[in-house]
Formats: sequence, structure tokens, C-alpha cells
Amino acid sequence: MDSLHDLGGKQGFGGVKYPDLPHHETWEPVVRALSACALRKHLYNMDEFRHAIERMAPRHYVTAAYYERHLTAVATLLVEKGVVTHEELETLAGGAFPLAGPIGPGRLPAAPQSFAIGETVRVKNEYVPGHVRMPAYIRGKTGVVVGISPPYPFPDAAGHGMQAPGEPAYDVRFRARDLWADSCDDAMNHVGVFQSYLEKVGED
Amino acid sequence: MADNATPPAAPPEQRTAAIEMVLRRHGILPDGFVGEFTEHADDAWVTSNGARMVARAWTDPAFHTRMLTDGTAAAREMGFEFPEHHRHLVVLENTPDIHNVIVCTLCSCTAYTIIGAAPDWYKDLDYRARVVRESRTVLREMGLDLPASTEIRVWDTTADTRYMVLPLQPPATEGWPVEKLATIVTQDSMIGASRLDEVKG
Repeated sequence: MDSLHDLGGKQGFGGVKYPDLPHHETWEPVVRALSACALRKHLYNMDEFRHAIERMAPRHYVTAAYYERHLTAVATLLVEKGVVTHEELETLAGGAFPLAGPIGPGRLPAAPQSFAIGETVRVKNEYVPGHVRMPAYIRGKTGVVVGISPPYPFPDAAGHGMQAPGEPAYDVRFRARDLWADSCDDAMNHVGVFQSYLEKVGED
Repeated sequence: MADNATPPAAPPEQRTAAIEMVLRRHGILPDGFVGEFTEHADDAWVTSNGARMVARAWTDPAFHTRMLTDGTAAAREMGFEFPEHHRHLVVLENTPDIHNVIVCTLCSCTAYTIIGAAPDWYKDLDYRARVVRESRTVLREMGLDLPASTEIRVWDTTADTRYMVLPLQPPATEGWPVEKLATIVTQDSMIGASRLDEVKG
């Protein structure tokens, strides 16, 4: 989905707050542990967790700290999986407990095809309403395969709790100028792109 | 949705406690899990893991080759672990003319069992938005002023492949024992925000 989590190349941001300032929120490690526990017990998978974060209301997402996003995702998934109701959660929390927006349908992978190291490939010009791990800045762009991963669950299915067959992701190298023309620093940009997001480029 | 009618959220401490209570009631959260998990994460998933891999790669050519060929196997060989969904560790070697830098624009993925928990700046919206498009500018603002001749390679962690940078060994540390070398390798250098140029003999 084209939501605010898809930040790559967005403009108007400021300086990176570097190096880190010390901060010690005691609830943050607890959220980390609770989320890890639910994940290990297979209450949800990583893609469902990421998609729950992506579905947060845009205003909430951009103002939430990292573990606020995790807290919201865990709560959303517990409600969606029927472990607890939203009302019960708010009673236990003693106040409002904002959740992410509703989930829509996922999708299955494309017909299998394979790509080789060194092959020029194009990212499909797709607009996916559900979970997808293709950042918008490479949509429709052409690059070269430089690496191939072992099979991973297809995120667009896994993120919706569907049976997700595994498929490789390809490390694809793009020239920054091919992504943002002359409005960028010169660089080679690499993105891990799932096989289903790619298409062959015809020989000219 | 009437955003302006939404009541303010309960404090995060109370919402966290609510989740903990629900998981406990349903028998999902074992007694002592939070403490044990946190202790394990703090003790076992530390920057010194990656630092030891880097130092060994600098001093052991066969390991250097194995690490670049199969980072996952090289990490496991040294006794390091991965969560279930981290299935592939790719090691990116810096050279005098190539600089690698890692980001996760869609969330904040990192090889956290190998290089330690991601620093706050890595999770910052500003870093995620800008480093892909303004890599040289952002690195310069962070104190790494690369010559124009250096090729910058940005790696966006969008799939479940995890990346770590193998920095160049600072010339002044030539001949140091591997244990001492491991102490100079920072987390920032394994993400690509530093080149360890500040390390003097």
C-alpha cells in the first residue's frame, strides 16, 4: 500500500539525529519482548506485523516513536486474531488504545520465472492495496540483478495470513539518476526485490 | 474518520501492561519471558559479534572469502544466531573506491543479532527518507565526507536478506592481534555511517 511508511526518497526531511542521545523508556524493552513472544508462538508472522504497522493512521505513524508503532501493531493483531477485543484492551489500559486501520485482501505470487545475476530486469508498474515490500521509488524502474536470496515467504500473501509459497528476492542495482533524474546524489541503489515484483526486459 | 474527535491514547506504559496481561491470561506469555528475553538480547545480540567477524576477516584470508561468499554460514561458524526470518546475511566489502551504506526505508530491518540492536538514528524517519536519495549529503552531515571519486552503494533492506558492511582495515592497525582489532570496529562502520578513518595506531 502507498502509505507513509514508504519513506525512501521523500523530501522535506531534516538532519539525521546523529549520534544517538541516551534514552531509557522502561516500557520499550517490554514491548520488544512481548512482540517477540507472540511472533515465536506464531500468533502472527513478520509480514503480518509489518503490515499492521503500515496500516496505522498516517498521522499516528509519523508522530509515533519506533516502539509505539510496535505496540500498536501487536495490539491490532491480537484484536484481529480474536485474542482480545478492542474494548477489553482499552479497559485494561485505562484509556484509549489506538489501533491500525482494517486489513484488506492479500494476493498470491505471480507465475514463477527466474532471473540471473547480471540480467537487466524491470520492476512491474503495480499498485498493490495490501502488504507489499516494493518501495515506490523503484516502481516501473529498470536495474541489474547482483544477488539472489534463498526463498522467503511471499510477503503480499504472508502479510495477510495466506499460505505464502517461498520465492527468492533479488538484489537489484539501480542508478540513483534512473530513479530521481538529476534531483539526487549520484549513487548505486540496491533494493531486495521479490521475484513476483519483477519482469523480463526484452532484448532490444 | 474524525481525527480531531479521537481521545488521547493511554500512556504507553499502561497500554504495554494491558498487552502483557492479555498474553499472560491466554497462556501465550510464559512466566519470566520478558526478563529472560531482554537479558538474552542484551547479552547475545551485540555489536562485538559483527566486530569479531570483521577482525577475523582482516586477519584470516580463508574466513574473509567464506564471509563474502556466505555471511550466514560465517556467522554461524563463529557461534552467532539468527531469528527465524533472517535467512540470508550478505556481507558488503568496502574498498578504497567503494563505500557501502545500509538502510531500511520501509521499516527498520537490521542484522540485529550480528551488529546489535539498530541505533535510533537508523530508525529515524529522516535517515530512512533521505539516505537513498541524498546518500553523499547525508553521510557528509553525519561526519563522513567521501571524495567525489568514491562510488556509494546504498542497500535497502526491503526483503528478508540482511546486510552488514565489511569496513576497510585502518592502515595504522596493520599487524594488530585479532582481539585488539575487534575493539575498534564500531556498529556505525558495519552500517556504513563511518569508515574507521579516525582510528590511529
